[in-house]
Amino acid sequence: MSYGQKVDIIDIDYNWSLINYARATDGVYFITLFKSLIISLITTFLCLLIAIPVAFYISFSSVRVKSILLVSILLPLWTNLLIRTYSLIALLRTKGHINNALENLWESANYLLSFFRLANHNFIGESFTPLSLMHNNFSVIFGLIYIYVPFMIIPIYLVLEKIDRNILEASYDLGANHKITFFKIIMPNISVGITSGIILVFIPCLGSFIIPELLGGADSQMIGNIIERQFKSANDWPFGSALSFILIYITIIILGVRYVYSKLYSRLYQKGVS
Amino acid sequence: MKKRIQHYTPVNYAKNNTLKIITFIFLVILYLPIINLIIFSFNDSKRNIVWRGFTSKYYEKLFENEMLFLAFSNSMTIAITSTIISTFLGITTAIALWKFNFYLKKYYDVALLFPIIIPEICMGISMLVFFNYINWPNFQLWPFTLSSVIIAHVSFIFPFVAIIIRARLSMLNNEILEAGQDLGASKYQVIRKIIIPFMSPALVASALLAFTLSLDDFVVTFFTSGPNSVTLPVKIYSMVRFGISPEINAISTLLILIIIICTYFAIRFLSKSNREFMK
Repeated sequence: MSYGQKVDIIDIDYNWSLINYARATDGVYFITLFKSLIISLITTFLCLLIAIPVAFYISFSSVRVKSILLVSILLPLWTNLLIRTYSLIALLRTKGHINNALENLWESANYLLSFFRLANHNFIGESFTPLSLMHNNFSVIFGLIYIYVPFMIIPIYLVLEKIDRNILEASYDLGANHKITFFKIIMPNISVGITSGIILVFIPCLGSFIIPELLGGADSQMIGNIIERQFKSANDWPFGSALSFILIYITIIILGVRYVYSKLYSRLYQKGVS
Repeated sequence: MKKRIQHYTPVNYAKNNTLKIITFIFLVILYLPIINLIIFSFNDSKRNIVWRGFTSKYYEKLFENEMLFLAFSNSMTIAITSTIISTFLGITTAIALWKFNFYLKKYYDVALLFPIIIPEICMGISMLVFFNYINWPNFQLWPFTLSSVIIAHVSFIFPFVAIIIRARLSMLNNEILEAGQDLGASKYQVIRKIIIPFMSPALVASALLAFTLSLDDFVVTFFTSGPNSVTLPVKIYSMVRFGISPEINAISTLLILIIIICTYFAIRFLSKSNREFMK
């Protein structure tokens, strides 16, 4: 259908034209596509930063604590995506709980300062201005991280479990410090988990449309929103299909790169052994 | 009493305070919104910003709301039907992939994973375009209005079922089947007396998983459902777009509860099946 052309409100002409793909690569659509790639990249990177320490802590804790932590990370995965996004709104909006808490903090700080007769000097601003946490790029990225970080933790945890602890001890025995051990021994071993985590986070991030729809504002639209609009309100199905096919192509390219990479990696590894 | 002796080694990262704090903060941030959502479903205030005392009137309101009840019954019908169909399809696919070698089997494996890997929105759109292209009839009678949603759900759920059951089947020893056939069992008897009892824990787990996936799904349903087949998540979405209200909190809390119960049993059955294997 993405090769068709819209001729009427309901009629679609299937004529193998590439005009929709051409449209998708110019102007505002290309910028949105590029922007969603950037947002997904930032999200994936931040997820990685959060996931590595958490996965570390889980894999090194005792069996009991480990099972509790794992279940508590898996549980939100099963609750509805929509509900979790909605629950973020209550926290982040201008009159939400975070801003309320900050306001209380500001008032009590002001009260404390007034004891020292400093309140008139306006050290902490004249009055409390709520942070704008909603309807911008920050809220979209925060929401994406909030939803997708478990997908990063679990693969990293699974490969961390397989590392022989004796290797780490040997590394410390031989005089390496934490930093060297991490980059020379742990990183190569968990790289498989990291790549699969990146794929598990990056691909759904790219295609997400609920989170930017509910948390984002006018300037933080992602490609998913545009696709949804082509189908639900703009009624230009061929163009929407072309856009979603671009998403599928990106997915396939990422998976292909990963396949080639793993092949190369295993070949190098075999050479090293023999 | 036995005293556990723990040697302190630099490898024991569980003792590392920075990691501990990061994990703690992470868990707090992960759970704060959900707990907040549940607490504020009992809040006695329409705008739901400040706590104004306990009430359960929004739950009572839910049960009076006919539209919500309709959406709920739609969701349940879809979930149960698509669970039955996708479990059946998943079993047959898993057995076929496990037992037989056929032409292009390797590619079939990849094709099975495809609905799981591609972004959900692409799945939903392709379903929408597909139903439109083949002119799927627009039923008016109640259970048939849900047919398109059920088909869409089955097509993305049954790969999950097939993968879980296949993992379980790969533990089954082929010699047992041969022994069964040696002792005079027919093909049908082998399936009924050996294969099905063996995979029953995985079967229950995957059926529960299919149920939660179907009940939870928003994106695919959003694109395939019409005005006659509104499900609970789609209804919640349309309510959220009008703004925040304690009613949404209440219905979300109920949905979370149902899903947690289902997942709990699914995990229990899965771990039981794994434990049996360890013995």
